[in-house]
Amino acid sequence: MSNTDFVLAVEDLTVSFDGFKAIDALNLYVDKGELRVIIGPNGAGKTTLLDLICGRTAASAGSIKFKNVEMTRLAEYKRVRSGIGRKFQTPSIYENLSVFQNLEVSFPRGRGVFGALAFKCDQEVRDQVQSVANEIGLGELLDMEAGLLSHGQKQWLEIGMLLMQDPELLMLDEPIAGMSARERELTADLLKRICKNRSMIVIEHDMAFVAQIAHKVTVMHQGKILAEGSMEKVQQDPKVIDVYLGH
Amino acid sequence: MNKIKAFIDQRGLGSFLILAALILVVFPLAMDIFRLNLVGKYLTYGFVAIGLVMCWGYGGVLSLGQGVFFGLGGYAMAMFLKLEASDPISTKIQSTPGIPDFMDWNQLTALPLWWEPFKYLPFALVAVLLVPTLLAFVISFAMFKRRVGGVYFAIITQAVALIMTVLIIGQQGYTGGVNGITDLKTLLGWDIRTNSAKYILYFANALLLLGCIYFCLWVQKSKLGTLLLAMRDKEDRVRFSGYDVSMFKVFAFCLAAMLSAIGGAMFTLQVGFMSPSFVGIVPSIEMVIFAAVGGRMSLIGAVYGALLVNFGKTYFSESFPDLWLFLMASLFIGVVMAFPNGLAGVYTSHVKPWLARRKATQAKSQALAVPPADNPPPASPPPAKEAEVPGLIRAT
Repeated sequence: MSNTDFVLAVEDLTVSFDGFKAIDALNLYVDKGELRVIIGPNGAGKTTLLDLICGRTAASAGSIKFKNVEMTRLAEYKRVRSGIGRKFQTPSIYENLSVFQNLEVSFPRGRGVFGALAFKCDQEVRDQVQSVANEIGLGELLDMEAGLLSHGQKQWLEIGMLLMQDPELLMLDEPIAGMSARERELTADLLKRICKNRSMIVIEHDMAFVAQIAHKVTVMHQGKILAEGSMEKVQQDPKVIDVYLGH
Repeated sequence: MNKIKAFIDQRGLGSFLILAALILVVFPLAMDIFRLNLVGKYLTYGFVAIGLVMCWGYGGVLSLGQGVFFGLGGYAMAMFLKLEASDPISTKIQSTPGIPDFMDWNQLTALPLWWEPFKYLPFALVAVLLVPTLLAFVISFAMFKRRVGGVYFAIITQAVALIMTVLIIGQQGYTGGVNGITDLKTLLGWDIRTNSAKYILYFANALLLLGCIYFCLWVQKSKLGTLLLAMRDKEDRVRFSGYDVSMFKVFAFCLAAMLSAIGGAMFTLQVGFMSPSFVGIVPSIEMVIFAAVGGRMSLIGAVYGALLVNFGKTYFSESFPDLWLFLMASLFIGVVMAFPNGLAGVYTSHVKPWLARRKATQAKSQALAVPPADNPPPASPPPAKEAEVPGLIRAT
């Protein structure tokens, strides 16, 4: 496989479930500092692609290189430690813990069994928690039990938990699903702010939102890439109109 | 004074101190040595119960094979004591003097090689702690690395319990078979059957148990405790936050195994024998019931659970010899049906809010009775919202 300058280079990636190819010889390259949005009809394999990159699903063939290091055989936690963060579609937060604890637990120190036993919540951790909480608009709610947050706040909290780890590649699966118009705006601003120092892959259906944030759009269909480029270019692509936007 | 009170409140130590007072002061004063020795025996099950709180309640790993570790700890201790009791003089009527009696009955003519190191107390003590923990590590590492969990893991622990019983009973010449290892007399020349020895062992056991509870409280309050709870809630989120989830489960299971083993060793010392009837599936499930009745999220509750179920067992079997099994069963079913979080759950969901309300109304009536003068009475703090899990909300 080729050496690349890309943060993420996915080449010939294939995964088949009982013969059905959910991802079929797919190539995808993401630049440093790029915010890539992946769109596509249901069942196109968008979430599966993220699952493959973060290790939740094992690839049948192909290569995933992150910062030029092969990831396909690495355990999930090792991929995370090398700098890949993943947000799930439904908010995955620890409902019984406070907002503070949710963020604290995500701080990338004391990750081994004995490291976790010896972990001390020092000033550095508290400062980082406070700054991330401010970033995601939960700075005043640190003591609240996370289960009591609104749906939108939960989504932000999960993004905040990823920011605690300062990942170089952040993957978000439908971050604005179920949000109000106002929350969508805030989320768009948040994503624009946090993509300054990192690359991001976002799966989204809302076209207005995509147009607002995307640097580049990838359209997936039946496990393959149908089109790639700027929003305008993609929207005018007849193949794309045919399978997706035209409906 | 306020500082001390704040310390107690903050670390959740109030109930810990009450338990300590109960088992260190109240029981020894209220009971004769026969009963106290029984309580000591029940408290050895308390070790298993707090281990289950850590691995089942906190770690979400249900083990139906804790008897294995209890038994291994107990056997390691019993082997040392048995060798001490089998000196050539007291065993001179055997065809091979100087080996344990059951070996002689089974036509063994020499001490098996793996029994040799158990002549030394330090080795036996290390074996009490490490043999069960190593076994737990091997089982759980193999299972959790392959993502086997939940009910499948519970079934595997049951299988291990069954295998262990069959092994012990089958290898009669090496293990004492179904009778176990009996007739234990002295520990480094100190007769453990006298009343004074029983008192000393009771207190040693109680202090050890309190020490273990304190250690577990500390683990619960560390980041590891938070992570265990987080894993029960959203395992994938923990995994994709860069943690090797399986190793945390392995830790919880090994910790539970080691605690059970300490309990087993203390059982052997206080009761004076160890047998396969504490190893198999039935005792292992009973141990889970102790934790379930007491409350699987509460260390202190689990100890009360072990005490209560065993008191019940003794009381019912003495008073209703024909009915006692049914009465025990209805106690279990009743508690689990009515209070899914056990007795500790009843305390946090009913008793504590009631106390807080009472305190609040008292403060209110005081405030009404005494018209605000120069220094008005301090406003009572609003009753804290009860977290579902005690000790979850950490002061930040």
